[in-house]
Amino acid sequence: MNKILFRLISLLFIAAILSLSVFAYDSGWDIPYSDDVDWKKYSEENITINVYNWGEYISVDAGDDCFDVNAEFEELTGIKVNYSNFASNEELYAKLKSGGSTYDIIIPSDYMVSRLIKENLLEKLDYSNIPNFSKIMERYKNPEYDPTNEYSVPYMWGRIGIIYNKTMVDEEDNVHSWEILWNEKYANNILMFSNSRDAFAITCARLGYSMNTTDENELRAAAQALKEQKLLVQAYVMDEIYDKMGGGEAALAPYYAGDAIVMMEDNPDLEFVVPDEGTNLFVDAMCVPKGARNKAAAEMYINFVTETLVARENSIYIGYSVPQQDAFDALPEEIRNDEIRYPNLEDTLKDEIYIALPETTTKLIDSLWTSILSDVKSSPWMTPVMLILVIGLTIIINVRREIRKKNKIENQ
Amino acid sequence: MIFKASKLTAAPYILWVMIFIIVPMALIAVFAFTTTVKVDGEGNILSAEEISVMEEELAVYNEENGTEEELELDERTIFTLDNIIKVNDYLPVLFKSLWLAAIATVICLVIAYPMSFAISRVNANRQKVMIMLVMLPMWMNFLLRTYAWMTLLEKNGWINKLLSFFNIGPFQMINTQGAVVLGMVYNYLPFMILPLYSIMVKIHDTTLEASSDLGANVFQTFSRVILPLSMPGIASGITMVFVPAISTFIISRMLGGGTNLLIGDLIDLQFLGNAYNPNLGAAISLVLMAFILLCMSITNQLDNEDNIEGVLL
Amino acid sequence: MRKVISRIYLWAVFAFLYIPIIVLIVNSFNASKSRSVWTGFTFDWYKRLFSNQAIINSLGNTLIVAAVASVLSTLLGTLAAIGIYSMKKVPRSVLINITYLPIMNPEIVTGVSLMLLFVSCKINLGYLTLILAHMSFCLSYVILNVLPKLRQMDRHLYEAALDLGCSPRQAFMRVVIPEIMPGIISGFLMSFTYSIDDFVISYFTYGPTSQTLSITIFSMTRRKVSPEVNALSAIIFVVVLVVLLIVNFAGSRDERREKQLERRAIRGIRITRQLTAASPAVTAEKNIGDSITRGRENKNGGE
Repeated sequence: MNKILFRLISLLFIAAILSLSVFAYDSGWDIPYSDDVDWKKYSEENITINVYNWGEYISVDAGDDCFDVNAEFEELTGIKVNYSNFASNEELYAKLKSGGSTYDIIIPSDYMVSRLIKENLLEKLDYSNIPNFSKIMERYKNPEYDPTNEYSVPYMWGRIGIIYNKTMVDEEDNVHSWEILWNEKYANNILMFSNSRDAFAITCARLGYSMNTTDENELRAAAQALKEQKLLVQAYVMDEIYDKMGGGEAALAPYYAGDAIVMMEDNPDLEFVVPDEGTNLFVDAMCVPKGARNKAAAEMYINFVTETLVARENSIYIGYSVPQQDAFDALPEEIRNDEIRYPNLEDTLKDEIYIALPETTTKLIDSLWTSILSDVKSSPWMTPVMLILVIGLTIIINVRREIRKKNKIENQ
Repeated sequence: MIFKASKLTAAPYILWVMIFIIVPMALIAVFAFTTTVKVDGEGNILSAEEISVMEEELAVYNEENGTEEELELDERTIFTLDNIIKVNDYLPVLFKSLWLAAIATVICLVIAYPMSFAISRVNANRQKVMIMLVMLPMWMNFLLRTYAWMTLLEKNGWINKLLSFFNIGPFQMINTQGAVVLGMVYNYLPFMILPLYSIMVKIHDTTLEASSDLGANVFQTFSRVILPLSMPGIASGITMVFVPAISTFIISRMLGGGTNLLIGDLIDLQFLGNAYNPNLGAAISLVLMAFILLCMSITNQLDNEDNIEGVLL
Repeated sequence: MRKVISRIYLWAVFAFLYIPIIVLIVNSFNASKSRSVWTGFTFDWYKRLFSNQAIINSLGNTLIVAAVASVLSTLLGTLAAIGIYSMKKVPRSVLINITYLPIMNPEIVTGVSLMLLFVSCKINLGYLTLILAHMSFCLSYVILNVLPKLRQMDRHLYEAALDLGCSPRQAFMRVVIPEIMPGIISGFLMSFTYSIDDFVISYFTYGPTSQTLSITIFSMTRRKVSPEVNALSAIIFVVVLVVLLIVNFAGSRDERREKQLERRAIRGIRITRQLTAASPAVTAEKNIGDSITRGRENKNGGE
């Protein structure tokens, strides 16, 4: 019992140390924010907004004097930001759909935005609170996923490609094709998306189908290809990829361009290509989900993130491409000319944008995905054998026990 | 009994039990046996095909008339056995979890048994220190410890680096079933050592001496004296390792790389993961619970058996 | 010879238990962000850890939730134990078996079932749900710790107190409560530690504003992992070790008390066993429950 006490004391001890060392945030950044908004409007109200974003998808101060979006916002407006992460659109969807959590801002991708709109899970935005929306490039306004542009403000965009380690991949092999992710030479050296939509999309692209296919046979063929690939896959990952590719654990992985850029900065052996078969071009957009408690404050946050200089710093840090015109213009020239971040228009012609799939297709993909992941490399008779074993064991033990009991009684 | 009014003091707890134990379990059962379907105005259940036909018709209608009408259908929850039947597809995963958890439990037992016996034979002060040393790792967050194993097992991890000095390897250790079992053994080993130790510390040296005085060799002393006496410890150790091991979803995710899905991952996947389907998730949970009860009743009989033996001894 | 072998074996197992922890601590001083390359010695990660608001907030949340959940469960649980103790055989054993359920059930199932409950009642996930969820297993620990103490108590004490002129309330407060106090305290401490440790149940019931330390560590291990996590674990380890050593060296006087406790615990188990064995309706669960409590008691009580 004493041990619990020690443990208790030690935890209190840690708490004491940690609470002593809370440093106040002091930004070295002196940015002129636009003055058409009353940023201090809610500073007296002690508001907290819950922001739910992808992992590694915002500029935060990690000790390297980077622009810290959330801390700057808190300092400017007096609104507290409660920031948490999800790993994929589907995870975000599950969290929203299962209910119980109240977020003020979420940042899903295009197809998920339209799915959420369709299922009536998003609030309409009040664009008068988001004057910076006018600075969004025309081609990202009124997008297919939100045709009337009532629900979303684009955050960043990018493309999927293959990130590979130059020292581990043969030059002869064609990295400009999705096919290489099925190359047996790299068995156990391939990482794969652990979210169903991206995994199916690139498989469909490899097989020559549309990324938005709703054809059951095509999807089943894709699932079969993914099952075959599973034998070569080292791990299914999302942001764990930073660790694994950065540390040279794997040779090849499909991932998002922005993250690839950050990884390449850390590990110069890495390279990023977009396959010739075409890829997915995605736009992630800020939305306010139904049930948000502080919609107006959330809109202020959206406006803040869309501020020219904030968007600029943010996009430089996270490596993704910014859809805000002024921010783009303010970027350093070498970044604007970086073909990974801002590819030429003719290169993106083959790219597909995800659209929301019908519910039946989504359900099919979900169940196929579960069956891919749970595909056990075992012989078909394992199930009956195990069943018989378990039942047999129970019977044997019971019988033995009965016999013993009988014997005991007889002995007495 | 002694306090006349005291029966009432359990009333809040009974209420609690109803709300927070019975109802949630019932909810799992309800979710497992129901599904949500779309119905039309007259309450007829619509199949997926019918809905897509309706959607297409509406799209055509909208295009012709320039309107933006949306398909609005009511939802209804109906009884179904589909989820339970679907669990059938995932039985291999359940058996794989069962298998890996069983291996981990056996390894724990094999490591912990001599360990606890050795600890129980040193002098009291050292016993105290050693038991402290066994428990110390448990005070650190288990996610952190599992994460440390990733550093060790990786391709460029510490073990492979060490081996490369001797020109061996590198081996693929992480993201394998072996790594998952290792993670289970590492995390739950103390749960096996502690109950075994607390039983063995009660076996006096004199008992062992008596056994050898009466002519038993080492093996006989073990099988006739130590083993039967330590049976209750074995039973509770097995339960405490097996149940968390079979239902884990973090160890398999961190050390198995998502390619070694266990039943816990499958449940997580249906509730908060990439394939949202709480009805199926509930059905899998129900089956898992049934399985664990079955397995525990086996362990339980191990314990009972020993009681009889203990009497006979 | 045999001694040498057993010595070697012991240290081998200890090495197995401690190597990952050594890895964490060594890496917390590694200047490189990569876990497998050593580029130099640094204290940077410790400095950064202390300015990491997310970790500090979640540590605070963890302590708040654990404190509230364990205090409430101790109150409710003690009352419940007294009530259960005074019940007739059948309802008593039924209730005791249900009390075992949250401990026996796989955590993931408990977590999921509570999430379904909260969500279907349209309760927002947050502190409240987290505390309620933690209470659901804390209560069982409290009750299972207090019940044996009640059985051990000499029931004539209470009557004697009444005879000597105490009001029932006084008799209860002055006689019964002190008798079962050790059980209450160990129940409280057990719930507190299990609540702090818990990951799985929190994972299904936390809300955006109430992330506990386990949840924060979990989301950190899923991303680009920052060596701050290593620093945190090194600190936790050192603090626990220091506190342990201090108390261990200062605590030899506790030895006698612990022996007593152990004896009581054993008696408690026997009594719980009798208690549960009383009903014909009780089957497999009771012994499992017993073995679990026994295990838990071993883990927390016996040294």
